[in-house]
Amino acid sequence: MSMPTYLGMPPFPDAAREAVADTRLRRNLARATGTIRERRAAAVAELADWDELRECAKQIKDHTLGHLGHYLRMLEERVTAAGGVVHWARDAAEANAIVTRLVRETGETEVVKVKSMATQEIGLNEALAEAGIAAVETDLAELIVQLGDDRPSHLLVPAIHRNRAEIREIFRRAMPSAPADLTDDPAALAEAARRHLRARFLAARVAVSGANFAVAETGTVLVVESEGNGRMCLTLPETLITVMGIEKVLPTARDLEVFLQVLPRSSTAERMNPYTSAWTGVTPGDGPRAFHLVLLDNGRTATLADAVGRQALRCIRCSACLNVCPVYARAGGHAYGSPYPGPIGAILSPQLRGLGSDVDASLPFASSLCGACYEVCPVAIDIPEVLVHLRGKAPKKPSERLAMGLAGAALASPRRLAAAQFAAGRSRRAVRRLRAPRAWTDTRDVPVPPAQSFRAWWKANRDRT
Amino acid sequence: MTGPDAPGGPDPATARDDILGRLGAPDDSVAEAYGAIRREYLRRHSEGDVRALFAERVAHYRAVVHTVTEARLPGALAAALRPGAYVLAPGLPAAWAAAIPPDRRAADGAELDAVAGVVTGCAAAIAETGTIVLDHGAGQGRRALTLVPDHHLVVVPADRIAADVPEALARLDVTRPLTFVSGPSATSDIELTRVEGVHGPRSLEVFVL
Amino acid sequence: MKIALFVTCVNDTLFPETGRAVVTVLERLGHEVVFPAGQTCCGQMHLNSGYPERALAMVSAFTGVFEPYDVIVAPSGSCAATVREWHARLAARAGRDDLAARAAELAPRVHELSELLVDVLGVTDVGAAFPHRVAYHPTCHSLRTLRLGDRPLRLLREVRGLDLADLPDASECCGFGGTFALKNGDVSAAMCADKVAAVKSTGAEVLCAADNSCLMHVGGALARQRAGVRVAHLAEILAGTGEGSPA
Repeated sequence: MSMPTYLGMPPFPDAAREAVADTRLRRNLARATGTIRERRAAAVAELADWDELRECAKQIKDHTLGHLGHYLRMLEERVTAAGGVVHWARDAAEANAIVTRLVRETGETEVVKVKSMATQEIGLNEALAEAGIAAVETDLAELIVQLGDDRPSHLLVPAIHRNRAEIREIFRRAMPSAPADLTDDPAALAEAARRHLRARFLAARVAVSGANFAVAETGTVLVVESEGNGRMCLTLPETLITVMGIEKVLPTARDLEVFLQVLPRSSTAERMNPYTSAWTGVTPGDGPRAFHLVLLDNGRTATLADAVGRQALRCIRCSACLNVCPVYARAGGHAYGSPYPGPIGAILSPQLRGLGSDVDASLPFASSLCGACYEVCPVAIDIPEVLVHLRGKAPKKPSERLAMGLAGAALASPRRLAAAQFAAGRSRRAVRRLRAPRAWTDTRDVPVPPAQSFRAWWKANRDRT
Repeated sequence: MTGPDAPGGPDPATARDDILGRLGAPDDSVAEAYGAIRREYLRRHSEGDVRALFAERVAHYRAVVHTVTEARLPGALAAALRPGAYVLAPGLPAAWAAAIPPDRRAADGAELDAVAGVVTGCAAAIAETGTIVLDHGAGQGRRALTLVPDHHLVVVPADRIAADVPEALARLDVTRPLTFVSGPSATSDIELTRVEGVHGPRSLEVFVL
Repeated sequence: MKIALFVTCVNDTLFPETGRAVVTVLERLGHEVVFPAGQTCCGQMHLNSGYPERALAMVSAFTGVFEPYDVIVAPSGSCAATVREWHARLAARAGRDDLAARAAELAPRVHELSELLVDVLGVTDVGAAFPHRVAYHPTCHSLRTLRLGDRPLRLLREVRGLDLADLPDASECCGFGGTFALKNGDVSAAMCADKVAAVKSTGAEVLCAADNSCLMHVGGALARQRAGVRVAHLAEILAGTGEGSPA
């Protein structure tokens, strides 16, 4: 169980400290998330039945997670019957080994890739590179990240931390076909990416994708995208390998009517995304001749065993929670030390990977619990609830345990609380000079305890007993 | 075929059994539980003229929209052609393409990257979202045909337009390859601002009958 | 009406003037306020910091102390939200079914101050005067958990002499978040800086909210900057008579 690229990441507060000081990053994030917030709200407000769609999406996901074995067996049977081959991977290493072997069997040394969170999660590109296979990312933002030798910082727009001027520089440096007079006009940048990738699409013989949904009843797999790079990868090569987290399965084709409404509006704030592709096994004369579906666990069954935490597996990777999160907007995606940044990452990464590393143990605390994420989540994941739950499980420093223990003892009885208040009131000046934590006093004044607590005032002025 | 894995690789049977084992034994309550899911959302979001709504919504994506009669369609298609050859999807009604001269029609097996565009019909359309659905049957061609050429001319007969997503899905066979197209290819990857025209057709021209 | 005051541990210890203001407002409206002496804390700090077992002890104590009362008021959105949204859930998760049932039964009787005034007592004009320009910050738990909506604004609009300013990006979190302000001090301070800038842009002299913890955070930054904006809890403004300092 691992996400290999991210080993040894510092805890969230340390990484966030650098991000907060990065003025360009702050501006890039504020602009991008500010734009999408209002547009998402408008796209959602257009549907009078949003709450009902959201409730149904939640129920479908919960139902599926509750009968996941049933639906995965059905999916396997239907994909196989339609000419596909199903593989099972318990963890990242197994999934990478399967994909590497499948690519090797084709004799190819290059694969084209559709943006996929699952393959980010398992570090597939790095594993393929070790085996001498080049993975070419074809999503514009993934391409920006790959050419910039960077890491993704957003679920949907992995290069959200880069502005147009930075993207132009990356293209001029790392894209041989980029014109010398490339401007930072987004249309010109998109055109450069189109030219750069076109020959590769037409020559590609193997593609690797993720999946947004898979329908158990029919064995149909879907990819939701915008640019057409997904269609290129899913259609032109001879071999298609799809890596899918086991929680992506849906019971029936009818369920798509809910998710194809809630996902685009939550994600890119569109009524519908430009392209959605659906395929069932292989179709003679149209598209790949070989289709492999790799079903990935990698911590999902363990997450499912947690009655509170399992709701994180409802996630459809829309990224609405990132776009409204005040912490994400200031700390950026890299601070989360995982391909899953933002509020959903803060509950998903520590569950998929466990709370053992510094960064994972810090993620449940990387939130002010403001609740904006829960409000916009199209599958109603109560992210604050899961954060609080994971805080209970996270390891804590002895000094903090002691302080919370003392506070707990003072609050355990009104008599002890009154005694503490009395002591604080008698030593107000001393308290004022006391070294309060620097994290507070760096930017804020400390309140001075009053001479008389409320309960003391009540006793003196109102208590008739 | 069940995917035998190479020697030295993971044992596929073990991985499968392990994962399914952690998910518990099959149970017969699934169908009943599935039926209990509450679907209180609307089947459609607007009443009224689906053709007009579709035309408005698809235009919103900066697709070019023509609302034409069947009689005027051939002339409108011919007039929309840009320099170069066009592929006519196999099975496209001959009457639709009647005004496209033979020398503008790409030969069978033409290099898709070298043609100017493609003319197709569609399996369904969705008014609410301005979406065209291809099932790559007669008159639509295999998937690559509507992907590689830069100019996609698509004819949408009024009776193919569903009011909303649920109604459209009910009309489709999801086991066919499906492509849902909502406007020309686009990206929001630069500063979360939408730009039309990346890898898919950069021009989508819709002829609503 | 007899109303039990859950003053909250933060107000009791650090901001007693807020508790006194609640007493002033409710007595002015002709109600009887009682202060159950056995009260301490709702458990929010321990719950949100990852000590649910300690929070559970406070759930048990709170339930025992307030069960006898029909109407309970808390001048804190986040404490009222903790009682209403979390107490029964915490008890149920710990397998304390009996406590969970009692907490669930008690929860709807616990009101944040503006809910009590507008929904239970049916008043928006509480007879206050406060001749100052005021910006209102809807704290996260007030806004998204309790869904107070415009109740506080309706109360403020009826205050004589009060000039209500429109706060830009009002629904954005101020960055307090309890121990978040300490554990993630940099992000917290960055959020606070933006809130402070929004407050200053309104030209308000007073920033008002239904939670003193958030006000302590934003107010601490305003004070550090000598920004010329002070903070006041909603109760203190509603207790104002326009003469001297409020409450």
